[in-house]
Amino acid sequence: MSKKPSILEIFLTFLTIGAISFGGGVVAYLRDALVRRKRWFDDVEFLELTAISNTLPGLNATNVAILAGDRMGGFGGAAAGLLAMCLPAFVFMTVAGMLYAHHGTRPLANAALRGVAASATGLLAATWYKIGKKSLRGVYDALFLVLAILGITYFKVGVPVTLLVVGALAIFAYRPHVPKEKPAEETDEWIKSLQ
Amino acid sequence: MDQIPAIIRVFAFLSFLTIGGGMAAFPEMKVQIVQVHHWLTDDQLVHVYSTGQMSPGPNMMMVAEVGQLVAGLVGAICAALAFFVPTGLLTFAVGRIWNKLANWPWRTSIQKGLGPVAIGLAVGGLIIFGKGAITGWVTIALAFVTFVAVMRTKINPALFILGAGVVGFFALR
Repeated sequence: MSKKPSILEIFLTFLTIGAISFGGGVVAYLRDALVRRKRWFDDVEFLELTAISNTLPGLNATNVAILAGDRMGGFGGAAAGLLAMCLPAFVFMTVAGMLYAHHGTRPLANAALRGVAASATGLLAATWYKIGKKSLRGVYDALFLVLAILGITYFKVGVPVTLLVVGALAIFAYRPHVPKEKPAEETDEWIKSLQ
Repeated sequence: MDQIPAIIRVFAFLSFLTIGGGMAAFPEMKVQIVQVHHWLTDDQLVHVYSTGQMSPGPNMMMVAEVGQLVAGLVGAICAALAFFVPTGLLTFAVGRIWNKLANWPWRTSIQKGLGPVAIGLAVGGLIIFGKGAITGWVTIALAFVTFVAVMRTKINPALFILGAGVVGFFALR
């Protein structure tokens, strides 16, 4: 990450991801492009962007594009990332809408869609396995990973609740080690860090 | 055309429900589009949603198709802008604040804590997605071949996805 890319390069990078990321697993293509090919981020940094994106409203695909674009090229980079990520899908879906309105039936074969979904499952499993292997360490990480999975699949409490409960537990488990400091000083430091 | 303000309102509202992924907003989207505004029938919404899964990029761009069906190209543009711009600005602002908090001790805690949770949420979503997607031997084979290929080779994953679409077209009808 020695030299920052131009806005055009950011735009073209995300336009490519936005145009080829079939199968509903955009995060896999994002990692492939940003971490492996462009080397703009390492896996830990990429996971940080994904974690922020997950926590906020908005899709992961566009949120990562905005955050990565901002780090690489400021507001222009973020805007270029968002626009480029959305443009191919917008054209695809608008054309699909025109076809649908004319023919009344789904023009795209259901069978092909099922093949795509199956393959996307394999792609996402591989991607998250790679990210997890490079960024997760220790018993706490394993515990919060399993709790988050269970919250979604077993307890079925939904993403916001799982995020709030398991996220708060995890942040508390990794809390800063400054036991004797007064809260007032902490606020001071926080305000200072904003300046 | 008179539906444009409603389109903007509905999709801007729905976009703020997509915490952790687009699927989170689907139940409320169904209520708004089918029951409240009668823009599409239940079946039509499922068709449009499935088409969104075929699209590259953010699959919730299916909102543009809904806009297109309700009010033409202007409807598509308004639906997409309403869905992606407000949350985009929020993400940008939070990202900036996050970068400024470099010396805040809790920042490291949040980062370390949310890392495994983010992976867990994604894997949980993937398990639910996989339960719908893996339905027999052909789909197991497609998922397995893609998994091994992505783990072992550096070939662009889009090729396997498109290949699986072709295989599915012939083998899964």
